[in-house]
Amino acid sequence: MIMKEIRIHGRGGQGSVTAAELLAIAAFEDGLYSQAFPSFGVERRGAPVMAFVRLSDHTIRLRSQVYDPDYVIVQDATLIETVDVASGLKADGMIIINTEHKPEDLHLETEAVVRTIDATRIALDIIGKPIMNTVMLGAFAGASGEVTVDSIKHAVQDRFPGKVGEKNAEAVQSAYDRGVGA
Amino acid sequence: MTGELKSGRQVVEGSYAVAHAAAMCRPDVISAYPITPQTHIVEDLSQFVADGVIDSKYINVESEFSALSALVGASAAGARTYSATTSQGLALMHEVLFNAAGMRLPIVMTIVNRSMSAPINIWNDHQDSVAQRDTGWIQIYIEDAQELVDATAQAFMIGEDPDVSLPVMVCMDGFILSHVFEPVDLLDQKDVDDFLPQFLPVRALDPDNPESFGMFVDPAYYMDFRYLVEQAMDASRSKIEDAAKKFESSFGRHYGGLIDTYHTDGAEIILVAMGSLVGTLRDVVDDLRSKGKPVGLLKIRAFRPFPIDEIKKAVAGAKVVVVLDKNISLGTGEGAVTTEIKAGMYNGDISVPVIGFVIGLGGRDIPVTTVQRIVEKAEDVIRNGIAAESEFVDLNHSHVRV
Repeated sequence: MIMKEIRIHGRGGQGSVTAAELLAIAAFEDGLYSQAFPSFGVERRGAPVMAFVRLSDHTIRLRSQVYDPDYVIVQDATLIETVDVASGLKADGMIIINTEHKPEDLHLETEAVVRTIDATRIALDIIGKPIMNTVMLGAFAGASGEVTVDSIKHAVQDRFPGKVGEKNAEAVQSAYDRGVGA
Repeated sequence: MTGELKSGRQVVEGSYAVAHAAAMCRPDVISAYPITPQTHIVEDLSQFVADGVIDSKYINVESEFSALSALVGASAAGARTYSATTSQGLALMHEVLFNAAGMRLPIVMTIVNRSMSAPINIWNDHQDSVAQRDTGWIQIYIEDAQELVDATAQAFMIGEDPDVSLPVMVCMDGFILSHVFEPVDLLDQKDVDDFLPQFLPVRALDPDNPESFGMFVDPAYYMDFRYLVEQAMDASRSKIEDAAKKFESSFGRHYGGLIDTYHTDGAEIILVAMGSLVGTLRDVVDDLRSKGKPVGLLKIRAFRPFPIDEIKKAVAGAKVVVVLDKNISLGTGEGAVTTEIKAGMYNGDISVPVIGFVIGLGGRDIPVTTVQRIVEKAEDVIRNGIAAESEFVDLNHSHVRV
């Protein structure tokens, strides 16, 4: 495996940094080296934020931000209007967007694969709150195959013990099942 | 987090890694004042104390000046002491930094490197600690979260050595290392207890045997005290190397002593840097070497004491030395590391051109492409000689571009 780079776009309060951390922890459980870090912005609720993840089977030494991601995860489709979410995305990469719309309705300028999932709906149905960060990790595991859904669920339940974690893990599985082969 | 501290290999935040490492060294007294991006370290440590999983006394204070002053007192009384700060907080400690070193108190302090105001900025560069280079503190710069853990344990060993007895700053890049999640081998308490001897101060306050620390001295004595601090700094050179070797024999990891080198043998261009940028440079060196370009890397681990002999030896065969400075010594046009390498080489036998690049100030990102452009400039120096001894890299705004 060569290094895979992931950029997560969200708004302050949507748990983008947490999602990056959980993804790094899950990938480590799968036996990979991993690195997760925020874009170091001044965090304000609602403001566009980014977080980055690198996965590799070798020690990760690179410390720059991610400019040419293999994967982009967009937690909030309204960001597409103000942020170039597909910037630098590799042509053979993939962008996964939380929206009720179909990929072809989004008119993204990218050669990469575009996937959509209504993660907010899944979060509302299963978790009962519109917090979609763990749901998007399930979708990422299913669509990319870079991490296992079990590791994502473990990482989620370790971070959020008890009922909250259980519901999040259920939502992760649901998104994963929709993501696989979608 | 309650109960026992975790140990073993896992993905944790860099800040947690350093808090954990500091805790494993069993400091008697911790005092710190929270400031971004150091906050998570002191939150974790105060949590450990509140949960009763470590036995340290945590002194809450109203400022960084007081935090370090509290540790000066505690250390003079023979306690093992720890603090962490950054940027403006470190600047507020400035006066006490000299006192801690002059009184020969082996306080260990993590510096979460951040830029200096104004303009106010919370992101990484090395200006805060580089500006404290004359205070008498040993300074070790850190490449990744694992080295942070390992060097924290080594820092107590180095500073507390009776031949040294000086305070130590362990300098880590703010956000880049403090907020990264990556795999780290967290140290086991028993292993650290075996590695790190008990702190036996050379001198300590004792009501039964009164002594004075840092008292008034007239011109007949002052200069000799300063000379002794310089001698202790010099003695710390071999102790820094020894601590790294001892750590390696106990834990199997070695991140360099005063310096570390990477593909410097046969290198025509040698990149020099401190801190987490070294990781990015290792990737660049591997890439350029695979394309047949003779590029190597010199990591400065100890900036104080300054390892000029080791640097000279490492660059002796090169055609150009390229220093990447995350600081600017205003009024000289270049970073402090560039100046010191040039100064250190001036009277020597070897003559290698040295060029400096001021880079990454206030958190400006350093992409691989930027480093590649710098290497191209170094190739120009080999072909055509030095055009500019120092320059600012990746200036954004056209009105400040030269």
